[in-house]
Amino acid sequence: MPGASSWSFKEEDFKAISEQMNSLLRETNVKSLLLVDRSGQVVANVGEPPQFDPQAFASLTAADFSANDQLAKMIGEHEFSSLFHQGEKESMYLADIAHRVILVALFDSRTTLGMVRLKVKVTVEELTRLFEAMFARGETAAPKLEGFASKEAEDEIDKLFG
Amino acid sequence: MSMINYASREINCKLVYYGPGLGGKTTNLEHVFGKVNPNARGKLISLATETERTLFFDFLPVDLGTVRGFKTRFHLYTVPGQVYYNASRKLILKGVDGVVFVADSQLERMEANIESMQNLYDNMSEYGYDLTKIPFVVQYNKRDLPNAAPIKDLQAALNPGWPLADPAKQKAAPDPAIPGEFLVQQLPTGEWVERAPILEAVAVTGEGVFETLKAVSKLVLKSLG
Repeated sequence: MPGASSWSFKEEDFKAISEQMNSLLRETNVKSLLLVDRSGQVVANVGEPPQFDPQAFASLTAADFSANDQLAKMIGEHEFSSLFHQGEKESMYLADIAHRVILVALFDSRTTLGMVRLKVKVTVEELTRLFEAMFARGETAAPKLEGFASKEAEDEIDKLFG
Repeated sequence: MSMINYASREINCKLVYYGPGLGGKTTNLEHVFGKVNPNARGKLISLATETERTLFFDFLPVDLGTVRGFKTRFHLYTVPGQVYYNASRKLILKGVDGVVFVADSQLERMEANIESMQNLYDNMSEYGYDLTKIPFVVQYNKRDLPNAAPIKDLQAALNPGWPLADPAKQKAAPDPAIPGEFLVQQLPTGEWVERAPILEAVAVTGEGVFETLKAVSKLVLKSLG
């Protein structure tokens, strides 16, 4: 592998992912759900629009999960597949999907941790199947974008920096 | 790990600024943060100690603009430079698309630079990433200081080049940024080597900061094609 692996997804993948997330949202009454990849990028977001910077949130989520993975190894566990952060009013529950993506549920007193945990488990299984199928197709790996190696693209990049 | 979303026509890429402690990595990000239009960037997140030393990372998302119809967004990260924080430093490299090594040009920091560069190679290879094959630039920072080492000494210590076996690429290529330096060169021993592009900078004044960002993001975007 020459460099870090890239991945991409198609519109139908995105639709299938959003459907899963929307149904979880309805069943659990959580405020919002975010899907974040392990390198810290937002993949999808449903529910109430977040009142914070989703990109910063995603980078911290990925770091949180990575740091906890290392803590798990230190105590002899392979990983922590889910994390729970409890606040006075707002809480969050994070779950691993296929070791590549993290599902984050933000919720308040309108639902309970038990309900979230129960329903998230089912969605995680569904999303794991979806993502594993996406990765297995191989189309997500190192996508080549048409025209990005061209002179025109280089000129466009130069222009961005003025 | 660049993420390409065809539905929203967005490309997200991850750049990591690496280097020894107090070398200017955070200063690079602070300058970008200060100069980029607020509409085109997010918040600068710093996980730092009380003495403003980076503990985990700094993070700054920047929208560069549109290339070939895709919105390009770069996520800029720094790592903690202090040797002690290697566990968290390594985590930040996960999924990296491009690396900037910010070297401290001061003579007395030469050893710290070398140690950090070695650490970068080690951490990258633990993820299975090959630094000689992914977008990588070296920034020689603090060029304004009287005790700054000459570029050729820094190059010899930090960026001596890696063997270039492909005969098709064995053609002398000058480094456009620094006269007299070469990206591809045949050594007196006959061996061909390739080096990371280099840039000179004074991050506190902003000199060379955007040039560095441009150099690495250009390499990253080209690597997608």
